[in-house]
Amino acid sequence: MAIEIEKPTVGLSKVAVSDTHGEDSPYFAGWKAYDEDPYDELCNPSGVIQMGLAENQVSFDLLEQYLEKHSEATNWGNRTFGFRDNALFQDYHGLQTFRKAMACFMEQIRGGRAKFNPDRVVITAGATAANELLTFILADPGDALLIPTPYYPGFDRDLRWRTGVKIVPVHCDSSNNFEITPQALEAAYNEAESMNIKVRGVLITNPSNPLGATIKRSTLEEILEFVTSKNIHLVSDEIYSGSTFSGEEFVSVAEVLEAQNYKDSERVHIVYSLSKDLGLPGFRVGTIYSYNDKVVTTARRMSSFTLISSQTQQLLASMLLDETFTANYIKTNRERLKKRYQMIIDGLRNSGIECLKGNAGLFCWMNLSPLLEEPTKESELILWKSMLHEVKLNISPGSSCHCSDPGWFRVCFANMSEQTLQVALTRIHDFMDRRKAMKTSN
Amino acid sequence: MKLLSRKASCNSHGQDSSYFAGWQEYEKNPYDEVKNPQGIIQMGLAENQLSFDLLESWLAQNPDAAGFKRNGESIFRELALFQDYHGLPAFKNALVEFMAEIRGNKVSFDSNNLVLTAGATSANETLMFCLANPGEAFLLPTPYYPGFDRDLKWRTEVEIVPIQCSSSNGFRITESALEEAYQQAQNRNLKVKGVLVTNPSNPLGISLSRHELNLLVSFIAAKGIHLISDEIYSGTVFNSPGFVSIMEVLMNKNYVNSPVRNRVHIVYSLSKDLGLPGFRVGAIYSNDKMVVESATKMSSFGLISSQTQYLLSEMLSDKKFTKNYVSENRKRVKQRHAMLIRGLKNAGIPCLESNAGLFCWVDMRHLLSSKTFEAEMELWKKIVYQVGLNISPGSSCHCIEPGWFRMCFANMSEQTLNLAIQRIKSFVNSISESNNISPNQQYSNKSSRRKSFSKWVFRLSFHDRETER
Repeated sequence: MAIEIEKPTVGLSKVAVSDTHGEDSPYFAGWKAYDEDPYDELCNPSGVIQMGLAENQVSFDLLEQYLEKHSEATNWGNRTFGFRDNALFQDYHGLQTFRKAMACFMEQIRGGRAKFNPDRVVITAGATAANELLTFILADPGDALLIPTPYYPGFDRDLRWRTGVKIVPVHCDSSNNFEITPQALEAAYNEAESMNIKVRGVLITNPSNPLGATIKRSTLEEILEFVTSKNIHLVSDEIYSGSTFSGEEFVSVAEVLEAQNYKDSERVHIVYSLSKDLGLPGFRVGTIYSYNDKVVTTARRMSSFTLISSQTQQLLASMLLDETFTANYIKTNRERLKKRYQMIIDGLRNSGIECLKGNAGLFCWMNLSPLLEEPTKESELILWKSMLHEVKLNISPGSSCHCSDPGWFRVCFANMSEQTLQVALTRIHDFMDRRKAMKTSN
Repeated sequence: MKLLSRKASCNSHGQDSSYFAGWQEYEKNPYDEVKNPQGIIQMGLAENQLSFDLLESWLAQNPDAAGFKRNGESIFRELALFQDYHGLPAFKNALVEFMAEIRGNKVSFDSNNLVLTAGATSANETLMFCLANPGEAFLLPTPYYPGFDRDLKWRTEVEIVPIQCSSSNGFRITESALEEAYQQAQNRNLKVKGVLVTNPSNPLGISLSRHELNLLVSFIAAKGIHLISDEIYSGTVFNSPGFVSIMEVLMNKNYVNSPVRNRVHIVYSLSKDLGLPGFRVGAIYSNDKMVVESATKMSSFGLISSQTQYLLSEMLSDKKFTKNYVSENRKRVKQRHAMLIRGLKNAGIPCLESNAGLFCWVDMRHLLSSKTFEAEMELWKKIVYQVGLNISPGSSCHCIEPGWFRMCFANMSEQTLNLAIQRIKSFVNSISESNNISPNQQYSNKSSRRKSFSKWVFRLSFHDRETER
C-alpha cells in the first residue's frame, strides 16, 4: 500500500480563518448560556431568560389573522401569476408588486411624509445582506465607514468581514444622551485621516440600536451637512422605523431630503427590512433604497448573490398592498410596543434602575453604571456575568456595542410574553434588593 | 460625483457580454404564440419547465406545506422567527436524501456537512470567499457558464484561469490541459487554490467520465489544491453512462482516508432539477469542518427564506413523490433533447453527443463565413435578429473554437421548440441556396486554435480590473 506523503496544501482563505465574523464576543457567549439553559414557563422556570434578542413577537396574531382570511397569499390557485411563474421568477429586479408594496409600506410608516419610488427599491435577503452589499459598493478594502457608538454588534461582521472595510467609531456618550454631534463626527474623521484611512461614508441606525431612540431632525440635518462637506456617503439603516411608539416622533432621512428638494441626495441610501417591524426575520426580507442611480443599478446586479425567495415576495406583496391591513398593523404594533416599553421602564424604575429615555425599538438602554465597582469595561463584564449566571438574564453589555461609557446594557422586551417579562423584572427587583441588603449590612 | 468602490465601477459584473445582450434583444421582442408569433424565441435560458405539473399536483394534495401548517397546526410563528444559519434541520435532511436519490443512492450525505445558501450563485461565491484570497486563482475547464465570471470573480477578486478543452476529443478534460492551465497561472504569478468543474457540464450537457473525475482527483491531490464540483444539473442526466458524482469517486479505496477528501466540495441547487430558480435554494456540501463552519457563518448574507425551506422540506421528504419526480423528469428531458437533436440533424447541424442538461452544444462551424470569433458574432446576430432565436454564442462561454452555440430546449412548450427548429431549418436552407454549399461540410479547426486562444486571453485581461497589488 502506497504511503501518502503529506504534501503542503493550500488551506483556506484569510477571510475564512479570521475572527472578524465576531462570534467570539460576549454578545454571542450570552446566547450560548441561554441555549444551554433556556427559560421555559413550565419546563424550566429557573432557566436563563433571553433578553439579548431583538425580536418582535408582540403582533403575530395580526399576521396570522391576515393569513387565515387571505389564503390566496400563500396558495397559488388559478391566478395569472401562478405557481410556475412564481417559481421561475428570479429576476434581480424583484417582483414589481413586491417593490411597490415595500415602497408603500415605507411611506405609510413615515405617515406619508416621504415618497418612495418602487424603481429605487433593491431587494436583498435581509438587512444583513443589504448593509454588506452597500459596503462593497461604497468602499474599497482598507477604507472606512464612520459609525456612531454604541452600535449593533453585528455590524463588525456585516460591514467588515468579507469586504475588508474598517469601522471608525464616532464616540457618543451619556453626557448628552448619546446624541451624535458634529464635533464627534469631525473627531472620528480626523482620527481616520491620521491613520491614513480613507473615509467613504457615515452609517447611522435610526431609530438607534441599542439606544432605542430616534435621531432628532436637527441632528440628521447636521449629519447630512457633514457628509456633504466631506463628499462622502450616508447610509441610514431604518430597520426599526415601524417600531416607534408614536407615529410622529420618527424623522427619516428621506423626509429631510424631501424638505430640501432632494439636493445632494445621491449620497444617501436607506436600508430597510421586515425582520423587526413585522417580526419576520426568518423570511429574509431586506431592501436598499438609494437616491443614486449608479448605486441602484450596481446593487441590483449584486443582489444576485442574495435574492429574496419569490415565494416570499409574493406573500408579502399581497399583505403589504392591503392598506387596511397595514394601517391597522402599524398602529396596533406601535401601541403594543409602547405598552411593553412602559412596563419594563416602570418595573426597572421600581428597582431603582434608570434607562435612557427611549421612543422606539424592541429594547431599552439600561444604566447600571451606579452598580459598577469601577467605571471600567472589566467591571461591566463582571456585572454582566452576574446578570447572566446569578440573575439568569441574558442582556447585552454596552462594551459589545462599543459603548465608551461602561455600565450600560441593552435589554430586549418584545421577544417574550408579558408573563415572562414580569418574571424578568421580578428577578431584577430581587437582585437589586439583595445588593441593597449587602450594602447596608456592610 | 460621489465616488463608488472599484468593484462598483468595474465591469466584472459581466453584464456587457453578448450572453446578456441577447437577453436584452429578447426582452424587447419576446415570442408569444398568440400575441407575438414573430418574436424572438428564448433559447438562452437554461430553465426546466418540463415537470411543473408534478409539483403542482403535489402542492394541490399537500396544501399545508405552503400554508405554514404542519399536521394541520399552524407553525407560522416558528417559521417567521427561524433565522438560524444552520438551516431548518428537516429541510437539510430532506435535501441530502434527495441528493443521494439522484445519485442512485450510491453515496450518502451527512446533513451536518451541508450549508444552505440563496441559490448556487451564492454558494459558488461563498466557496470562493472561503477558499481563495483576492488575486488567487481557480482553474475552470472551457467552455463554462458565463455567469461564473461574475459569481466567482466580482466581489471576491479571485481570478479564473481556463483549462482549454476542444472538440478534438469531445471537449473532455485532459491531463495536459490541466497542467497547461496550472502553468499558465504560474506564468501570470497567480497562486492556484483549486479547480472548479460543472458536472454535468454547462454548456456541454455531458456528465464527466470516471476517467476525467479520477484525473481531477489525482491532479488536486498532487498539487495540494481544492476541487469544487458544481452538480446543479445532476438530476438532468438522462442517458448512459449515467451520473457519477465526485463523492462516488472518493469512495475508492485510494482516497478513503486521504486528506484530499477534505478538499472536495460540492455545490447543488434546486433551480434546474426542480425548476425553482425563483425560490433561491442552493447548498454547499463539504467534508471539511472548517469550510462548513466558515461557509455557514457567511451564509448569513444569503439565507433561504424559512417559508421556502419548510415547503421544500415537506415536498422532498415525500419519498414516493421524489422517486417518481426524478425518474419522470429525466424521461421528459431525454425526450426534449431527442427532439432538438433530430430537428437540428435534419437541418444538417450536428451537436456534441450529450447525456444531460437542459441544452445542446450545437456545432455551427460549417455555417461560419470564416473560422473566427468575428464570424461567430456575425452568425449569432443573424440568428438573433433574422431567425429570431436567442441562443448563446460559444465565445460568451470562453470556448476556444468559434462556431459553437448553446441552445436550451426545456424552457418552452413543444410547439415553440418545433417552431424554433423550423426557423433554423429555413435559415439553413436559405444559406445553402444562396451559397450553393452543402450544409453538411465541416471544416477542421486546429489552426485557428492558437489564434483564438490569444484572443481569449485578450478578452480575459480586458475584463480584468487594474488592481493595486
